[in-house]
Amino acid sequence: MFDLKMIKSVVIGVALLAAGAASSQAPAVAKSASVAPDVLVRDLSNEVLATIKADKALASGDVNRVQKLVDEKVLPYVDFGKMTRLAVGRGWRQATPEQRAALTREFRTLLVRTYSGALSQVKDHKVEMGPFRAQPGDMDVLVRTNVVPSRGDKIQLDYRLEKQDAGWKIYDVNVLGVWLVENYKTQFAGEVSAGGVDGLIKSLTDRNRQLADAKKA
Amino acid sequence: MTGAMSARWPREATSMRWLRRVSGVAALVLLAFLAGCATVPPNAGQDPRDPLESFNRHMFEFNEGLDKVVLKPLAQVYGAVLPVPVQECLSNGFSNLREPSNALNNLLQGKGGESVSDVCRFAVNTTVGLLGCFDVASRMGLEKHREDFGQTLAVWGVGNGPFLVLPLFGPSTIRDTAGLGVESVLDVNFWINNVSVRNTIFGVRTVSFRHELLQADDLISEAALDKYTFIRDGYLQRRRNLVYDGNPPREKDPYDEEEEPTADEGKGRPGPPAAGSDVNPPSAPKPAQ
Repeated sequence: MFDLKMIKSVVIGVALLAAGAASSQAPAVAKSASVAPDVLVRDLSNEVLATIKADKALASGDVNRVQKLVDEKVLPYVDFGKMTRLAVGRGWRQATPEQRAALTREFRTLLVRTYSGALSQVKDHKVEMGPFRAQPGDMDVLVRTNVVPSRGDKIQLDYRLEKQDAGWKIYDVNVLGVWLVENYKTQFAGEVSAGGVDGLIKSLTDRNRQLADAKKA
Repeated sequence: MTGAMSARWPREATSMRWLRRVSGVAALVLLAFLAGCATVPPNAGQDPRDPLESFNRHMFEFNEGLDKVVLKPLAQVYGAVLPVPVQECLSNGFSNLREPSNALNNLLQGKGGESVSDVCRFAVNTTVGLLGCFDVASRMGLEKHREDFGQTLAVWGVGNGPFLVLPLFGPSTIRDTAGLGVESVLDVNFWINNVSVRNTIFGVRTVSFRHELLQADDLISEAALDKYTFIRDGYLQRRRNLVYDGNPPREKDPYDEEEEPTADEGKGRPGPPAAGSDVNPPSAPKPAQ
C-alpha cells in the first residue's frame, strides 16, 4: 500500500514550518545576517515547538491567528516570492509585476490556510538536527532535520535556504522527501497552460475563497 | 505469533466484513459511474512520467469513490471504537510484520549493517515488544528502515517506468508494482493459511492505515489544485527519496533564474507549453551507491 503514514507526517512537518512562523511570544530569531542557516533553523524549530505547547488557540488551528502571526513573524525568514517563482516556473516569465504579486499573495494564503489546520496534530515533538555540510562562501544550503514524536517514526524535514542581504531565508521545505515547490510545479504549469497566468491566479483565488467560506460555515 | 494476535479479532471482524460486503457492492456501482466521470485534461499523457494518465485518472476516481463509501467510514468507526493505545499497538504490530521484508531488501541492496539491525528489531519487538505492540527497538537506538522490493529494483538500476494507479493500492509505478508482487510473498500475513484470519488481518491493517490519514486527507484536498497531480508528484518524489535513503541528489531546476529574460525571449515562444512538457523530466532513480 502507498505510504499512507507519510501523508500524516507531511501534515505535521509542514505545520511546523507554518507554526514556526507563528511563534508570537518567542523572541525574534536571528535578526542578524551573520547567523548560520542551521542555527537559524534549529532555533526557529525549537521556538515553534515551544509556542505550540504554550498556545492552545494556535494548536487548535485558528486560521486568522495563524495567518496574522505568519505575516508578522514568518516573513523575516521565508522568501515566499522565490518559493512562488520556482513553483510557477516558466509561467513566471510571462507574468507582469502585478500578476507576480497576486500569485505570491494567493499562494502564501493557500499554504498558510491549509497548513494552519494541521497544527492540532503537533504535540510533544522534538527537533533533531541532521548532518550539515556547507562551505563558508555558500549562498544556497540544505539544512536537514528530523522531527521526533514521543511515539512513532521520525519525520524527515529539510529546508533550503538562500543567503540574502537580510540574512538566510527559507525558500523550500521537504517533508519525507517531498519538496513543497516541486509538488506544485506540475499543477501550476497545467493551470498556466490551460488559462494563462490569470487562470492560475483565478484558481488560487477561487480555492482560497472556497476555503474561507467553508471555515465560516 | 500472528495466530495469537488474531485470535481476539474474528468476532469483531464478522461485523466489519459484513459492512465491507454491503458497501463493497455500492462501491462497485460507483466504479462504473465515477470512472466515467473522471475529468481528464486534454493534454493528459504528455508528461513523460505519466503516459497512462488517462487510465490513471479514472482509476484514481474509482479509488476515491471506494474510499468515500467503504474505507473512510470504516476508518472513522475504527477511530471511534478503539482506544488510542490499542490503535498504536496495532499500528506498531503491522509495522513489525514488515521487518523481515526490510531486512531482506537491505541485504539485497548490499546494506548488511542495516539488514542485521532489522533482524534485531524484529527479534526485539516481537519478544520484548509483545508481538510488535511496542517499538522497544527504536528506543534502544535501532532505527527503522523502510525498504521494499520496488526500492531494491531501483538500486539495481531499474527505472520507475510509467506511473500507474492500482485499484485499491493507489499510486505506484510499473517498477513498484512489480516490487509489490514480490512483497506480497514476503508479507508475513500472506503465510497464514486460514483465509478468514488472513483477510481479517489485511482488512484491519488497511483500516488502521486509513485511520491515521483521516485528518490528512482533508488537508490534501484543500492544498491541491489538482489532487491527482498533487498525489502523483508527491508519490514520485517520496519514492525517489526512499530509494536514496533520504538523501537524493538535487535535480536541476531550469527555471531557477534570478535574472529576468528579455521581453523578446518570452514572445519568441509559440504558445503556452503543455503541462506535461513543462516540467523537467526527473531522471529515473539511479542506484544509491
